[in-house]
Amino acid sequence: MSDKNGQSENENKYLDMDLLRFTTAGSVDDGKSTLIGRLLYDSKSIFEDQMEAIEKSSKSSGEKGVNLALLTDGLKAEREQKITIDVAYRYFATPKRKFIIADTPGHIQYTRNMVTGASTAELAVILVDAEKGLLTQSKRHAFLSSLLQIPHLVVAVNKMDLVNYDEEVFDHIVGDFRKFARKLDVDDVTYIPISALEGDNVVDKSDNTDWYNGPTLLHHLESVKVDASHNIVDFRLPIQYVIRPNQNFRGFSGRIASGRIRPGDEIMVLPSKLTSRVKEIVTQDENLDVAFPGDSVTLTIEDDIDISRGDMIVRKNNIPNIGSDFEAYLCWMGGENLELNKPYVIKHTTQTTQVFVEKLVYRMNVDSISREQADTLELNEIGRVKLKTARPLFYDPFQINQQTGSFIIIDPATNATIGAGLIRAGSTKSELDDPLVEEEELTDKDMGTGKSGRMNQTPEPETGSQAPVSPNVHWEPWNVPREEREKRYGHKAAIFWLTGISGAGKSTIAKELEKRLWDEGKQTILLDGDQIRHGLCGDLGFSPADRTENIRRVGEVARLFFEHGNIVICTFVSPYKKDRDRVRSLFPEGSFFEVHVNCAPETAQDRDPKGLYEKAKTGEIEGLTGYDADYEISEKAEIVVNTDHQDVKEAVETLLDKLK
Amino acid sequence: MSNPKNQARTTHLKELEDEAIFIMREVGAQFERPVLLFSGGKDSICMFHVAKKAFYPGKIPFPLMHVDTGHNFHETIAFRDKLVEENEVELIVGSVQESIDKGEAKEETGPDASRNALQTVTLLKTLKEYEVDAALGGGRRDEEKARAKERFFSHRDVFGQWDPKNQRPELWNLFNGRKNPGEHFRVFPLSNWTEMDVWQYIAQEKIEIPSLYFTHERKVFNRRGIWLADTEFVNRQEEEKLETHMVRFRTIGDATSTGAVMSTASNLEEIIQEVATARQTERGNRHDDKRSETAMEDRKKQGYF
Ligand SMILES: Nc1nc2c(ncn2[C@@H]2O[C@H](COP(=O)(O)OP(=O)(O)O)[C@@H](O)[C@H]2O)c(=O)[nH]1
Repeated sequence: MSDKNGQSENENKYLDMDLLRFTTAGSVDDGKSTLIGRLLYDSKSIFEDQMEAIEKSSKSSGEKGVNLALLTDGLKAEREQKITIDVAYRYFATPKRKFIIADTPGHIQYTRNMVTGASTAELAVILVDAEKGLLTQSKRHAFLSSLLQIPHLVVAVNKMDLVNYDEEVFDHIVGDFRKFARKLDVDDVTYIPISALEGDNVVDKSDNTDWYNGPTLLHHLESVKVDASHNIVDFRLPIQYVIRPNQNFRGFSGRIASGRIRPGDEIMVLPSKLTSRVKEIVTQDENLDVAFPGDSVTLTIEDDIDISRGDMIVRKNNIPNIGSDFEAYLCWMGGENLELNKPYVIKHTTQTTQVFVEKLVYRMNVDSISREQADTLELNEIGRVKLKTARPLFYDPFQINQQTGSFIIIDPATNATIGAGLIRAGSTKSELDDPLVEEEELTDKDMGTGKSGRMNQTPEPETGSQAPVSPNVHWEPWNVPREEREKRYGHKAAIFWLTGISGAGKSTIAKELEKRLWDEGKQTILLDGDQIRHGLCGDLGFSPADRTENIRRVGEVARLFFEHGNIVICTFVSPYKKDRDRVRSLFPEGSFFEVHVNCAPETAQDRDPKGLYEKAKTGEIEGLTGYDADYEISEKAEIVVNTDHQDVKEAVETLLDKLK
Repeated sequence: MSNPKNQARTTHLKELEDEAIFIMREVGAQFERPVLLFSGGKDSICMFHVAKKAFYPGKIPFPLMHVDTGHNFHETIAFRDKLVEENEVELIVGSVQESIDKGEAKEETGPDASRNALQTVTLLKTLKEYEVDAALGGGRRDEEKARAKERFFSHRDVFGQWDPKNQRPELWNLFNGRKNPGEHFRVFPLSNWTEMDVWQYIAQEKIEIPSLYFTHERKVFNRRGIWLADTEFVNRQEEEKLETHMVRFRTIGDATSTGAVMSTASNLEEIIQEVATARQTERGNRHDDKRSETAMEDRKKQGYF
């Protein structure tokens, strides 16, 4: 028996390492296995005996040289068929970081595996064969990555050696991918030309690609920010286990899904809605001052409240949705097709209960990113569904919170996991437009050439995606959290989004509202459409794409002010429901108020405060909302004001009521 | 471990520990009669350490189970007994010797005779006897090719068998432990750990491990490139000459099949250095895996650990 702990400087080195989980996807023969083999080999993660074993295998199957791909082919049957049929996990480390690769196969029928592998990934490497160009299969992978909200994408253009390391080939594929990615919800895309076989730009910078100034794949993997998908705002602790060693101790254990917590913080327990305060965050080593998303913790609380597995601890002023009816994207993984209104079992956070799929709203065609009518979902198909659970769940939209927005479906007859779901933002009452699926049915050809409706209406931004993040820029957590600011200002942050046709009275109401808040000593700011279009959005016109971009930028600006504790007032025509919904999704439930300022078109034309209707009538301008362009009314608007019947004061009172 | 105070940044070891604790608690919550398979090797020692943390300040709510081949190094058994005593945990021992005596298992013969395959018989029998519905194992995915696709929650049918084609997909943090009567799960909380992680964790947490892992002088002989210890359990052939070397073990299993490595590593720091530069996987020294290229996979299908 020994206790020989060496102590030195050296020992602490690994304490600085962090962990990146990523997934790899590509079509068959794009070189995925070779690439992983290369990463393992060049980062010296392969051992001699493993190398010997694959040399032996390579020889016995008559291949020349060593087949690096064999390193990652696990099971016997696959080795015989030379295909990967499941998710396999690979490990390697550099002095900076440990990596876990979820290696998923590229076969058409294995959407299920890609979804599985991607569910825990913070980055996806999508392989594209330089000779073949961007194929449907890669688009599917990109789409799934976006659906699963993987924060970082890498498009690795492989087999550059076969195209003489030609810059044009690379640029062409990058161009194609950008066009496609614009339809997706991906933030950060990095493009790297590589040869997995020869090693170019995988670990070491290649001499064959002088024209490429970006990072090598490994360098990028080492430097990309981890935890980008963590939500540190909304505290959610699904209770996993109750620790009760004796009468005097009751600890509530679980892994923090999001947000952070400190001793003394006020909490609420769901579903009982009883409130208390955190007493201690207990661990075997020492009690903690603060705990973060991903931490496995045990909390004790001040009051004697009955809490059991499946309950959730949250903050009193920031609670998730509580309900049994919601909508989700469902990826079907069962051999038998989805049956509507059949009792299945749902597992969501630490709750397990019965669930019915009441309706299949549509099936997604993953290849063309369009909707299709369907009666059922088959293995590897994805659809938007309405669900009803036997007990209410405590959930957030997947886009905002991956841990409380995801679930699996289990077949009670076989106990197999047959579905994976992502809970959608927004209420279940209305048929919302999808943030993920374009209205137009685009064919592959359209995507490639950019001929479809929206593509030509806005200049191509360099980053290419719809909600872009500049390359190599990463989100930093707020220095002073909103809650702290709210405490100091003495009120909660909120956002009023005044929307409606020109001349409806948005600005008048907004100005009056701002004055009132100011007089009450509230922290407030007014963002006005015309002002924004003078500076921040001066480069945008009024095409649908430009309007969308305009609203996107404003939403982001509003969010910054919101996070700084302001009551933000925005006045924007914002005619598209979808755009407003996207803004709504940026804010915690209950803090965003869509105010539809409405009046009869005649009234607005009479008022014509900016002379716009006059210009429209004479044909000087086109596409004026309320004249020759439509305004999409949303059933979700929290407040509707009709200025034909209500005066400014009355309208402002209605809004102020919401803050009480 | 030391906790970062006001920052969300986390180390890989902290994240692996958080994940393993989560798995442990899921097992505690989802199953009625779990056990922790304890071999006395570093992985199961780590797993035990994590289990203590998971249920602190409570006790680990399940017993340890050791499948004793009867061919263990004495140091391993002594270590096991001390750990059990110090932590006041329950220990269930499944004895391969007993299975042989009762005729449930048949001892292999010849120079390569090993009780490795027989362990499966005793393991399955003991699991059945105690109506175990979840057995926590220290298996890691980096150990061997066949393990790379293993799930955290690995479903076994009534015969204890693993069907690699019929594994349940595991998504996010959602682990499906539902099963029919008679079936059970093997659960691997350290799935995502590598050999290096385990060593680093042992060093960080200052976990006590058997002396076999540190260099010591021992009589060994070479069999097809593997240094086996001279013990009463191994049929050493005449041409296999005994030599005395400074060796240590990278894994601790059956004395008949666990190979020693030449090493001067006498503390954890030196072991970590050695692992960092090692060119052989730890299983490369496991005699039983060398028998055929898919040896591990075949054993797993039959219900091996
Ligand atoms: N010339 C060239 N061939 C490659 C490259 N990467 C992979 N290959 C070859 O493409 C084939 C398929 O590779 P593999 O890694 O098995 O593809 P996977 O199906 O995506 O895993 C093999 O013959 C590889 O040797 C590359 O960068 N250049």
